Amino acid sequence: MNQEAQSAKRVLALASGGGHWVQLLRLRPAFTGCDVTYATVQPSYAAQVPEARFFSFTDATRWSRWALLKMIFQVAWITIRTKPDVVITTGAAPGVVALRVGKWLGAKTVWLDSIANVEAISMSGRKVRNFADLWLTQWPEVACAEGCAYKGAVL
Amino acid sequence: MIFVTVGSQMPFKRLIEGVAAWAMTQSEMPNVLAQVGDMERCVPELRTVRSLSPEEFRAAVLGAEVIIAHAGMGSVLTAMEFGKPLVVLPRKGALRETRNDHQIATARWLAAKGGVFVAMEDEDLADAIDRARASTRTTSQISSHASADLVEALRIFIQS
Repeated sequence: MNQEAQSAKRVLALASGGGHWVQLLRLRPAFTGCDVTYATVQPSYAAQVPEARFFSFTDATRWSRWALLKMIFQVAWITIRTKPDVVITTGAAPGVVALRVGKWLGAKTVWLDSIANVEAISMSGRKVRNFADLWLTQWPEVACAEGCAYKGAVL
Repeated sequence: MIFVTVGSQMPFKRLIEGVAAWAMTQSEMPNVLAQVGDMERCVPELRTVRSLSPEEFRAAVLGAEVIIAHAGMGSVLTAMEFGKPLVVLPRKGALRETRNDHQIATARWLAAKGGVFVAMEDEDLADAIDRARASTRTTSQISSHASADLVEALRIFIQS
């Protein structure tokens, strides 16, 4: 194995669909030189990351318990398979699962709360407080009020 | 072409019906493409499509003179990336259009941005569309990446 392959960090970048995914893709320059795996809810999103490994999982936003359970198992399995050095997510619920499993596997974890949460951190964001090594909001005012960090925004 | 989008999660009847009502008041029928999601009622006034792939979505945004959307960040960020005038109607938590009022907060923040025309209520929608169409000012175009400080902070964290 050459040195570059040995040192390339394995990154799992995971998000729900829509705005969560759009925000995750805007972080791409931070992953330069990494071995990146993307995971999200729409198989069609794969076309946006042709250079990387890609997994999709069930979209459980419709509050079906069965879909939720399926999503949890799928995301846990994707995280285990990827063996990430770093897990990074822009939410929502699937990101909570990936961060918890990632932490359990010894990975470093990043939660970037959606820029849509202008006034307070999201419900999912609150659930990862103790599992995120970097617990980030995109609003300085929210960082002060909630005890999370602010390092910039996706725009 | 005017491109209307409700995002990937839930339909948004109020927005689609508002745009259809506006279209009917025009002397010449405007060319509207509306991405409507799982909407039960059909809207014969507009050319509708249930969902679009990311490539189709980007092509629609690129080809549009004005974008009309819910206050969802996927739609908003993509419209801004292409520098298109944007009309926004926020979903309301109280009407169960989304789970809480975060879109109302997003819309208030967007209202301060150039090239974004915010309708907080249904009755403001027609006026916001007219203003967006008449506007020569486009949305200040944003880069396709996050801010340099955020990218750098994440890069250092990943590599450390």
